Parts: sequence; structure tokens; C-alpha cells
Amino acid sequence: MSLLEIDGITGGYGDSDILHDLSMRVEEGEVVVIVGPNGAGKSTAMKSVFGLLTIRGGAIRFKGEEITGLKPDQIVRRGICYVPQVENVFPSLSVHENLEMGAYLRRDDFSASLDRVYDLFPPLKEKRRLPAGSLSGGQRQMVAMGRALMLDPALLLLDEPTAGLSPKFMDQIFDIVRSVNAQGVAILMVEQNAKQALALAGRGYVLATGRNRHEDTGAALLADREVAEMFLGG
Amino acid sequence: MLMEFLNFYLIPGIVLGSIYALGAVGVTLIYGVLRFAHIAHGDMMTTGAFLALVFVHGLGWSVPVALIPSIILTAILAVVLDRLFYRHLRKGAPIVMLMASLGVGLMLRSAVQVIWGVDPIAYVSGIQRPVVYGEFRIFTRHILIVVGALVVMGGLHLFLTRARLGKAMRAMSDNPTLARLSGIDTDRVVMATWVIAGGMAAVAGVFLGMDGHLHSMLGWHVLLAVFAAAILGGVGNPLGAMLGGLIIGVVEELATYPWIGTAPLLEPTYKAGVAFAILIALLIWRPTGLFKGKVL
Repeated sequence: MSLLEIDGITGGYGDSDILHDLSMRVEEGEVVVIVGPNGAGKSTAMKSVFGLLTIRGGAIRFKGEEITGLKPDQIVRRGICYVPQVENVFPSLSVHENLEMGAYLRRDDFSASLDRVYDLFPPLKEKRRLPAGSLSGGQRQMVAMGRALMLDPALLLLDEPTAGLSPKFMDQIFDIVRSVNAQGVAILMVEQNAKQALALAGRGYVLATGRNRHEDTGAALLADREVAEMFLGG
Repeated sequence: MLMEFLNFYLIPGIVLGSIYALGAVGVTLIYGVLRFAHIAHGDMMTTGAFLALVFVHGLGWSVPVALIPSIILTAILAVVLDRLFYRHLRKGAPIVMLMASLGVGLMLRSAVQVIWGVDPIAYVSGIQRPVVYGEFRIFTRHILIVVGALVVMGGLHLFLTRARLGKAMRAMSDNPTLARLSGIDTDRVVMATWVIAGGMAAVAGVFLGMDGHLHSMLGWHVLLAVFAAAILGGVGNPLGAMLGGLIIGVVEELATYPWIGTAPLLEPTYKAGVAFAILIALLIWRPTGLFKGKVL
């Protein structure tokens, strides 16, 4: 039994379907990357896990239990956290308050998780009283990821975490992904910077027009000439 | 001269500004969380004022004490009105909710007219004498209004910055989707918003009634100023709304001061136009207000 199983799902936002018979899995502690050309349905695939899609066929299972069609706040409770690509922080709230909101569902003392997030993202600690909207793009991304980590999820969904960031921050984000994964959190990540993402991924899925096209280990996908040419660009 | 300025212009301005601030904060909270302009807010203030009247004239309570049941009842009324009218319309365009609130306001005004008639009523009959400190004169009710407004707004500020639900309210105002993704109970936040807005409207309404007479158009007449205050402070920003209310109240009163010569700069009859003028200027030059709120 995999941690997450996406089993032949078909669905979309309104009446039309974007995903067609899509299947994927994530094992415990794995890093899985979804790559593919623009419009391939990569972000849509991830939103399907988080209950943000209308699913008309197939099923999604988490820890063996069916979660298809559940609402986002129910899915959060089960141990999956999601970092959207844009608008992923509360801009007028301070960094610290953003993290507090991430832990909203917790009734216990979450200072341990708070410390862990500040250890992962040292710049946030000194800026913790500043409004999140006033931070740079890279630091805002840290807040976004930190917020999602406050619930100690078993699975973290990242939607293009390095989008729009400078190369320096890109490396930082990938290092952070590695560190978070080292703490035992499984990661499902959509990435446009496919080469770097696949380098740290255990496995990868190549999608095109909402369907599976390729599945292999990260290293194998990187080495595959056809995949590289069609989907990984330069 | 200075004393006259203080007693007859600045202090009334601060009193009026405090009342506007209370109303504006409610409007701005509703807009932030529910994303629509609550046109019935003035009438909610009127309702709060008249609910207090029931306890003052009916049970002989003093006005400050009658505030308590008025706040509770108006808060409940706000939640009930949301359940009855606005909740079903949330999925559609915000203009629909605005129109609905126009109708709800009319209902509230008409109910007040049916029950209490259209003649002005006073909480307490007779002339009140001001408290005198040397040349400084202030009416007890004015002290009550300013202090009361400060206490309420201070309490709200603490709630928004220290309480979990208060922070969730600010989060929802910032980004409702992300709030849902974080597991925040959005229904609970919405209910809390109506409770707070309703309660504060009651306080504003009672204070308005205290400072003059009660009549069915009490809140409707200040709606423009209240909205102007909320927009001035940046819609969605409670602190801004407090400041905006104060500014508009003070400017409105100071506009009638004889700055040049002996005649008032602005005839008192036109006082209501001050808020209107500020609103127009804002919408043309700086719709996001002083503190960069959302655009209404």
C-alpha cells in the first residue's frame, strides 16, 4: 500500500475534463516530481489530491483510505499539506502569524514544530514580526512552505516552488526540499525546472495533455534523451 | 477663542468621529471577510439604538446599561439576517448581496417606523448641563461616547491581534482560499464577523441617539460618512477605519468653524457634504485609501 495512490482519475474544474485516466503513487518518505510541458495538467493533478477538482472517475487513496471528493479542510486533517504556486501567504499577517495559521487545526502545543520551521528557514526567525507581504519572493516562499509544515504532514504537495525565483533562491529551495524530506516527509512536487527537480527526486512522472506519458526514477528520466528534449528544455 | 474652538468644534468632532469609527470598522470587517458593501449597516445602527430604547423607556434602565442587551440582540439579529438573506447569495456576484442589503436596510427602517412611528424620540428628556472645568466644558454623554468607543475599539484590536479567531478573521480577509486550505473554519469566522459588526453597530447607534434624537433615519443619514471613513482608511483595514472615522468626524465639524472672518467656512446645513466630498476625492485619486486597502 502506497502512502498516496492516484488511481485512474478523470476530472476537471467545470464541465470539461483536464485529467484523463491519470495514475500516480507516492511511497512514504519519497520525493516524487511531476514534469511536462505547459498545460500538461501538472498543477491540476496535484489539486485533485487536495479536493480542489471535480473528479468524475477513478479514486484517490491516502494511507489506504479513500479521499476522493473530500473538501480541503478535511484533507488537511489527514496529514496532507499543500503549498499553492501563487498567493500562498497571508500578506498582512506577520511571518509568525502566518505560521500560527498553518497550525490552526492543532490544539496542542506546537512550539516544537515552530522551532523546526525556524531552523529550516533561519531568515524567517529574524523577520518573524514583519508582514509576510513585505518579504522578498524567496523569503515569501519560505513562509508559504513553513505554513504548510506546521501540521507535521506526512505528505507535502508543492506547486512549482521555484517559480519566478533567482537561481540562488532556487538552489536554496531545493536544499530545503531535501532537508524536509530528510525529516521523513514525503513530497509530491510539480516543477518547471525539471532537471534540478529530477536530480533530487526518487521518481518522476511525465505528463502530457492530462495523461501519463512516462514514469521512471529521477536519474533515468534525466538520462533519457527523448524526455530531455521534449520536456526538460535547456 | 481656543476654548470656543475646543468646546464647540474639536470635541464634537472627536465625538462624531468616534461614532463614525465604530460604524466604519463594522463595514470594513464585513467587506474584508464577506467581500460586499453592507448597505444595511446604518439601519443596523438604528435598530441597535431603538432596541436600547425598549430597555430605557420600558424598564427604566439607564442608557449605558441598556447598551448591553442592545449589543447582544443586534449581534444575534446580524447573524439571523445573514442566515436568512446573505448566506444563499454568497456564491453569486457581490452586487447581488449589496442589493439584498439595500432591501434588508429598508426592512429594518420600516420596522422601526411601524413600531415607533416617525417622530423623533429622546432617550432622556430635558436639558443636560455640561461638566465645567474652568473654561473647558464637556457633556457627560460626550465623555461616555469617546471613552466607550475607545474601549470597544481597543477590545477589537486585542481580539484581532491576540485571539486565534481574530487572527483567522484577518487571514480570511487576506486570502480566503488559503484560509480554507489551512483548515480555518470559515463559517465560524463569518459568524464572528457578523456578531462583532452587529455589536459595534449597536454601540454606534446608541451613541448617535444619545447625542441627539432617535428616529428611523438615524443610521441611514450617517451611512455615507461611515462608508467614506472605511474607504479613507483602506477597505478591509480596521485600524484604518478607526482613523478614517475620526478624521471625517473632525473635518466635518471643523469645516463649520469661522476660519476666515466671522461666518462659518461651511454652512452647518452642508455638513453632510463634507464626507461626500472626501469620498469623491478618494475615489478619484486614491481608492485604496490611506492604508492601501482593497478597492471597493
